[in-house]
Amino acid sequence: MEMDLNTIWFVLIGVLFAGFFLLEGFDYGVGIISLLASSDDVERRMMLRTITPVWDGNEVWMLTAGGATFAAFPHVYATMFSGMYLALFLMLVGLILRGVAFEFRDKLEDLKWRRLWDGAIFIGSALPAFLWGVAVANLVSGMKIGADMVYAGTFFDLLTPGTIIGGLAFLLVFAFHGAAYLNMRLGKYSLQEKIKKLALKLGLLAAVFYLMFGYGMYSCTGLLSTTGPLVLIGMAVVAFVAAMLMMKAGLYSFSFVGTAVAVLCTTAGIFGGLFPNILISSLNPAWSLNIYNASSTPYTLSIMSIAALIFVPVVLIYQGVAYWHFRGTITEADLEEGY
Amino acid sequence: MDALLLSRVQFALTTVYHFLFVPVTLGLSIFVALLETGSLFAKTYVMRDRLRKLAKFFGGLFLINFAMGVVTGIVQEFHFGMNWSEYSRFMGDIFGAPLALEALTAFFLESTFLGLWIFGWERLSPRLHCLTIWIVALGSNLSAFWILTANSFMQHPVGYAIRNGRAEMTDFAALVTNPYIHGEFGHALLAGVTTAGFLVLAVSAWKLLNDRESRQAFEMSLKAAVVYTMVGLLGVMGVGHFHTQYLAQANPMKLSAMEALWETENPAPFTVMAVINEEEHKNDAAIEIPALFSFMLYNRPEGEVKGMNDLQQELVAKYGAGDYYPDVTGLFFSFRIMIAAGGLMMAMTALLGFLAWRKKLLDFPIVLKAVQLLVVLPFIANTVGWYIAEAGRQPWIVVGLQKTASAVSPNLTAGEVGLTIAGFTAVYLVLIAVAVGIGFRHVYNTRIADEQH
Repeated sequence: MEMDLNTIWFVLIGVLFAGFFLLEGFDYGVGIISLLASSDDVERRMMLRTITPVWDGNEVWMLTAGGATFAAFPHVYATMFSGMYLALFLMLVGLILRGVAFEFRDKLEDLKWRRLWDGAIFIGSALPAFLWGVAVANLVSGMKIGADMVYAGTFFDLLTPGTIIGGLAFLLVFAFHGAAYLNMRLGKYSLQEKIKKLALKLGLLAAVFYLMFGYGMYSCTGLLSTTGPLVLIGMAVVAFVAAMLMMKAGLYSFSFVGTAVAVLCTTAGIFGGLFPNILISSLNPAWSLNIYNASSTPYTLSIMSIAALIFVPVVLIYQGVAYWHFRGTITEADLEEGY
Repeated sequence: MDALLLSRVQFALTTVYHFLFVPVTLGLSIFVALLETGSLFAKTYVMRDRLRKLAKFFGGLFLINFAMGVVTGIVQEFHFGMNWSEYSRFMGDIFGAPLALEALTAFFLESTFLGLWIFGWERLSPRLHCLTIWIVALGSNLSAFWILTANSFMQHPVGYAIRNGRAEMTDFAALVTNPYIHGEFGHALLAGVTTAGFLVLAVSAWKLLNDRESRQAFEMSLKAAVVYTMVGLLGVMGVGHFHTQYLAQANPMKLSAMEALWETENPAPFTVMAVINEEEHKNDAAIEIPALFSFMLYNRPEGEVKGMNDLQQELVAKYGAGDYYPDVTGLFFSFRIMIAAGGLMMAMTALLGFLAWRKKLLDFPIVLKAVQLLVVLPFIANTVGWYIAEAGRQPWIVVGLQKTASAVSPNLTAGEVGLTIAGFTAVYLVLIAVAVGIGFRHVYNTRIADEQH
């Protein structure tokens, strides 16, 4: 495989999406679990407190992945975003609600008010998690893309049984990923036990839907026809099962490592399977968008490569420092900080 | 209405809404950073404590506003692909780069360091904590630079070639040194300083009148904001002036539309008020000051300014048949509203400054009440300012390269766009009500009393 600029950018966008799913994945999960695991306000605040200092930085991974797709593969950005119009509208509403909910929730002592924003955080986490799964499943299964690169289907063409399974798989995996993150970070045994109990149920469902999604990918698409992607998806399954066992054993950090590996392997497996295509046309394979017919010029790609070479490591360093700074378990005492 | 018109309405709606919050973010981040820096260098404990509390207080307002800016910014980034896919295809090789760079160099900075700042009051040393808010301010303003680099290309394309049926970047350095950016970025940054400053004036005025305990602190923030707003106003007007002069060569159609100048004149008069007749391409009536427009552009009372009717002929000759007039009435009145708002703000700020330094603020409660009502002025000015910038480049989405009509996503139906407009509008209205409500509560509930050590 020749490593030209187009390939490098395909890999880099894969890395950005992997980072996004890894980091926002547990943010979404925390948003989902925090509503379901406990109705006690202090416990909910503790759970949310594990992500409030970092969620905004995590969301920038999504914006950067989107921006990089625009810069490197403008046709992909154009076709995907216009094609998934209504789905993205729903996702945006979710992201808006979630973003302001973190800021608004604790501004009033009133419990009804807080419940309202807890609901917003839940919807704002579950809806994007599900819709990203649907979107990825559409990438996997192919979309009705015409010869002019324009999406020719409707909103409901995006919602097939297969893509809904993909959406549920993402939603549930992220929920478990968030639960593992929560239990790694929390310093309250009784709350951890509640989360664990819930997580094991959700994890089982996640495994079922993930396997269905994986089997669909294997039998109905060509994505897993090569060894690399097949092995990666297999590794994701193994890692996820290990994460569930670790959760059961109370080894939460290991459980989180397991879900992290599962998320990263899934992303790598799907991107690897798609390569060199990005958006597959289900109408005619020749109309698919790939890393060459959808890309920017070599000049733009090289400019962006220099920028990425400088800034991606810098971002990783200071975001890492921020995570290091906020490490340690969260207890009730931590709720006094901040605004 | 068709999908094109609805998409334009939607983009305008999101932009205007987004830009209610962005200037406050730009200006208030710097203001809070200045307050916190002041607390580092304060000589007495009382002063140090007061400045720190003020930084934290205005930081609280900043955070509410920041959250609103972030969530609407995501919508904006998505809109390019969702509603304007043909624009994204045609321009992506150039336009995508500044957007990606904005996320990579600016969004990560502001979001990560804002997290550290919010939770760092006790964890970080005062110096380090102060550094984090400066980095937030840097990130916010850097992000404005990148998005205005992208917008400047739409207004005045540079460093490109038309190849393979699209605009391709040939010179990145030219893109980021586009002379159009100086005006746009300078004007937006200083509008941010002005907006934040005026907001601080209004909030401080309320606190002076209604919160006896906190008077000393807010007298101080008011004085600081007088200076800050004045700097912003003088700057925004200065940059605006030079940018207008620059428009004479960069985008004469926009300029002449702002002045409702239909025929080429030398010297050109400044039109104070006009009854504009867009059908017949003339003014039915006008109050004019002779030669003033030429003077504003060329610093001397003479010089030709091309009228829209001649420019239209030139554009037809250059780009083929078509209507190249922007919304003249809208631009003309927007410009006048912007100038009037700026003038009123300046008068109010000067008056507050005068009273503050003469220690007579509390003798004139009417002035303190007036500034609270006038807090809408910078927001109005920002909105009409963007109207001039964006409506002024119509019918183009990228001046001279692509028309707005050919940029819209071809697969969208009016029903789909209409549905999302209704949805976003409902969400926007609810959220602004909540945000303003929470902002009021924050102002109402936070006391800053002096502490003796």
